[in-house]
Amino acid sequence: MIRVVLPAHLKNLARVSGEVHLEVPGRADGAGPITQRLLLDTLEAQYPMLLGTIRDRYSGQRRPYVRFYGCEEDLSNFSPDAPLPDRVVAGGEPFIILGAMAGG
Amino acid sequence: MSGVRVLVGTRKGAFMLTSDGRRDEWRVDGPHFGGWEIYHLNGSPVDVDRLYASQSSGWFGQLIQRSDDGGKTWTTVGNDFAYQGEVGEHLWYDGTPRPWEFKRIWHLEPSPDDPDTVYAGAEDAALYVSTSGGQDWTELTALRTHPTGSGWQPGAGGMCLHTIILDRLNKDRIYVAISAAGAFRSDDAGASWLPINKGLRSGEIPDRDSEVGHCVHHITQHPARPDTLFMQKHWDVMRSDDAGANWREVSGDLPSDFGFPIAVHAHEPETIYVLPIKSDSEHFPPEGKLRVYRSRTGGDDWEPLTKGLPQSDCYVNVYRDAMAVDSLDPCGIYFGTTGGQVYHSADGGDTWGPIVRDLPAVLSVEVQVLP
Repeated sequence: MIRVVLPAHLKNLARVSGEVHLEVPGRADGAGPITQRLLLDTLEAQYPMLLGTIRDRYSGQRRPYVRFYGCEEDLSNFSPDAPLPDRVVAGGEPFIILGAMAGG
Repeated sequence: MSGVRVLVGTRKGAFMLTSDGRRDEWRVDGPHFGGWEIYHLNGSPVDVDRLYASQSSGWFGQLIQRSDDGGKTWTTVGNDFAYQGEVGEHLWYDGTPRPWEFKRIWHLEPSPDDPDTVYAGAEDAALYVSTSGGQDWTELTALRTHPTGSGWQPGAGGMCLHTIILDRLNKDRIYVAISAAGAFRSDDAGASWLPINKGLRSGEIPDRDSEVGHCVHHITQHPARPDTLFMQKHWDVMRSDDAGANWREVSGDLPSDFGFPIAVHAHEPETIYVLPIKSDSEHFPPEGKLRVYRSRTGGDDWEPLTKGLPQSDCYVNVYRDAMAVDSLDPCGIYFGTTGGQVYHSADGGDTWGPIVRDLPAVLSVEVQVLP
């Protein structure tokens, strides 16, 4: 189970409060590592209203003012196909999605 | 007694202002989608409970919301606004080619016949239609791929398709306007488009009489006189009496013919309203006086409407989609400002008052008459 923290606007949009908990099919199923791409695919499948709000629907590119943090690291510019940190995959640390500080 | 619902899109959410038909006491409901830019909020002409909202932000992109109960609850519908086929290029501000890039939906125009059919105008300029209540969108590609498209350039606010008029008598006829490409008409439901800019003399472009390249700010039409169009251009107020084939200037004695919105009275097709702004470099009313100007002669002769509006130290702007009229008698006129005020007149413009004063900057105003 992976814990995901959404920014306030996307929590409202997805009608959730607190963390989102995702069962991401991955290593345990022999389907390969759990990656940012797989996590976001799963998140968008469960909350289709988030499609296009975190990353481009077609290119998969992270939106410029969206950042990804985990285990006190900025994961934003990691490859979407790189394995996520073990502690995020194990649910010990959340995968944090947030809007960059910009504007008013 | 019938009532009205004013739909207000702002920089930080949507608001709905309701009153009975007297229009003297108002209830303010909102913000809906607090913190998001609501470029446009509009209702179906055939189902007052069916509303559509264009919700966007620089962080999280474009969403479309639909309500089936007059704004009590909302459902996120489709936001797949992909350009279909070859994307192509237009001109950037510096004259270099640049690929079309979707940024946001500026305007939503529900069909006058079917609550599930709605058109959307995009930046970068493109026209979409949904026949599924906003769930799925199809681009009407003939507009973006018009032979002149590679020469279109954005206006200061972006290359936005901001005006969509669905002709109620000729069902295959659609008008759109794009800053700063100009006005276009389709007579075949969007399968092909004709630039309709003859007579728009624009000093900001090298060839004042160019086929395209004009910064049209808004166009309006009285449903009973569909071949007559009124336009607020960057500079100049214009009219056409032949469905846009030819335009003539009707700025007349306005203190400034720069502005953004233009509206036509619900029951008097020759009575029109504009809100003059000082200039393209000073987006506020001349002399700090907020004045709506009314012409009862379809232009040329204008009278200032000031009663109830601030006549000193007023430096707000009124955007192109931020003026609307209701169909009650007497006709109500509404407009919202960048200072967050929504003003209305319940007597055709003779007297005005604020409905609400302290909203975020107003991007759009529409009004529905409720049964």
